[in-house]
Amino acid sequence: MSMKELRLMKGNEAFAEAAIRAGADGYFGYPITPQSEVMEYLMAEKPHERTGMIVLQAESEVAAINMVYGGACCGKRVMTSSSSPGMSLKQEGISYIAGAELPCVILNAVRGGPGLGTIQPSQSDYFQSTKGGGHGDYKLIVLAPSSVQEMADFAPLAFDLAFKYRNPVLILSDGAIGQMMEKVELQEQRPRFTEEEIIKNTPWATTGKTANRERNIITSLNLDSHVQEEHNIHLQAKYREIEKNETRWETFQCEDADYILVAYGTSARLSQKAVDIARAKGIKLGLLRPITLFPFPTKPIAELATRVKGILSVEMSAGQMVEDVRLAVGDKVKVEHFGRMGGIIPSPQEIVEALESKLIGG
Amino acid sequence: MAKVKGDIVIDIEKCKGCQVCIPACPFDVIGVSKNVNGKGYNYVETVNEECTGCTNCAVVCPDGVITVYRKRIE
Amino acid sequence: MDTISKEDIRKPENIVYKRTDLLTDKALSYCPGCGHGTAHRIVMEVLEEMGIQDKTIGIAPVGCSVLAYEFMNIDMQQAAHGRAPALATAVKRLNPDKFVFTYQGDGDLAAIGTAETIHACNRGENIVIIFINNGIYGMTGGQMAPTTLEGMKSSTSPYGRDIKSMGNPLKMTELVATLPGTIYVTRQAVHTPGAVRKAKKAVRKAFENQKLNKGLSFVEIVSNCNSGWKMTPNQANEWMVDNMFPFYPLGDIKVNED
Repeated sequence: MSMKELRLMKGNEAFAEAAIRAGADGYFGYPITPQSEVMEYLMAEKPHERTGMIVLQAESEVAAINMVYGGACCGKRVMTSSSSPGMSLKQEGISYIAGAELPCVILNAVRGGPGLGTIQPSQSDYFQSTKGGGHGDYKLIVLAPSSVQEMADFAPLAFDLAFKYRNPVLILSDGAIGQMMEKVELQEQRPRFTEEEIIKNTPWATTGKTANRERNIITSLNLDSHVQEEHNIHLQAKYREIEKNETRWETFQCEDADYILVAYGTSARLSQKAVDIARAKGIKLGLLRPITLFPFPTKPIAELATRVKGILSVEMSAGQMVEDVRLAVGDKVKVEHFGRMGGIIPSPQEIVEALESKLIGG
Repeated sequence: MAKVKGDIVIDIEKCKGCQVCIPACPFDVIGVSKNVNGKGYNYVETVNEECTGCTNCAVVCPDGVITVYRKRIE
Repeated sequence: MDTISKEDIRKPENIVYKRTDLLTDKALSYCPGCGHGTAHRIVMEVLEEMGIQDKTIGIAPVGCSVLAYEFMNIDMQQAAHGRAPALATAVKRLNPDKFVFTYQGDGDLAAIGTAETIHACNRGENIVIIFINNGIYGMTGGQMAPTTLEGMKSSTSPYGRDIKSMGNPLKMTELVATLPGTIYVTRQAVHTPGAVRKAKKAVRKAFENQKLNKGLSFVEIVSNCNSGWKMTPNQANEWMVDNMFPFYPLGDIKVNED
């Protein structure tokens, strides 16, 4: 019998509720617009009474990510959320978590930047999320929700991927998705890990050195370069595995398309409408929506490039994902970018006009 | 009245010759050896038989290289 | 006259002191004479005596003791510079039945980690913070620390710490004692046998306090850094007594009995 629940919720709140139901052990966060509702919801819900989940407001985003690090070392499902300037603060911690191969979930509700920027939505943290942000050769698994339903679905998915690969998972949301209200189906509560499960499933975790094993040390320090290189080779192999198994995307009317939009998150919602508008005008337009930004759906985009006349990357930024689209496409077909910056959300009309002027007209 | 007799065993390969144990000893039992260990440190050694096993030297040794024995003599 | 032979004395049943098994066999990487070694040892002795090796999680800093986990035979986490109290906060809140401690130097705790230190103390996290204060940044080559004394030379205060341009030395221990979240705040040393024994008692009290679940126990250990101060270990200890102790006096600053 299904125990699912249907509710009308804000994106940020749906994510928070879904995290409780996903068996999260701890949330550590700091207020920043446009995602403070995540922590506000968690505090109001008192999940400690529901499942024993810890919710703590830290003194900074730096402290929060390091609390996540400590909790992750213990094999717990831990998470944090923030927005662009706060994400910049977290980069050191994220690099440590990736280097130490720890599972955790991080949500970034992207706002306009750079610097303090604006509180309106943007997609200008793509580079930070997929190419680094923190120092060193590492990758985050990056999920890009484009609906309140995905904000809820990605909470348990993110934890599961994080533990499957011992890697941090970033949910790259934006201010619009975090704030919009939509119908969402919530999954039933699954239990938090027991101590026995942690010892069995994550035997590397610091749970206290019992007589039957050596001590567990969680560190990303390797002063011997040869060891550090081996470690990096291992990490790279892991990322290749992730690319092989976890790439997710969705296509909309691409089968007979002459032109393709590539867009994620809020831009994908707008692009879907743009496809309708273009089709009504006789332009055979399709949309490829990456759901994972790392791993990037390189293959399907490369395949589409062999049979379309042009690709438009639609992102609310100066053009970041477009570089990955170009890498996937090579010189097979023209790739352009369209986007507004500073927190401005373009209209579907603007997207069609950009397609016409940049790719179709001349 | 019972007397005690002590002795210390120094792990000379782990000793770094820091000499912090020397002023800690109430009976000047410890001195610096003219020899060096595998790491090149002039390790310390006992220079008299006055040890009472008070453990001062071992307690203050940063590297914990000293084991202390104490025996009651009637 | 003595007729007892060395073999007679050196019997296992006559051992009154030996290195604790809770330290690994690895030779310590600290400089000869450095207080870190002694501090490590008393913490591990306390854990052994309390029988809590299998329930303790320690958090190592960045600094000379970044490799503390090579020497302490317990589960450990290596924290980013200054962040150990944040890790400890999460570890303890998620595992309230475990004993959790951080082990930090002066740069870690009182410079980059100031916010994490103060807020963990302010929240009264039920953990132990061990703070090794030697008034200098050892690992990176002897630069000035927040606890470097006025006039003290370091590689970044080559003419001596100048208060006007570099500020005063910071007394973090007194600072955190003003916060209601700390229940035990003390300053100790490990340069003489008497000091080591007192310091160990203080560490023991700190860990026992975790059973009370009433707040944070903060143990500062003023230590020498003979390499950074460019002296022999014994000279450094004498210098410490003459210069560090007057500014950082030893003793209990706050004790909440219960």
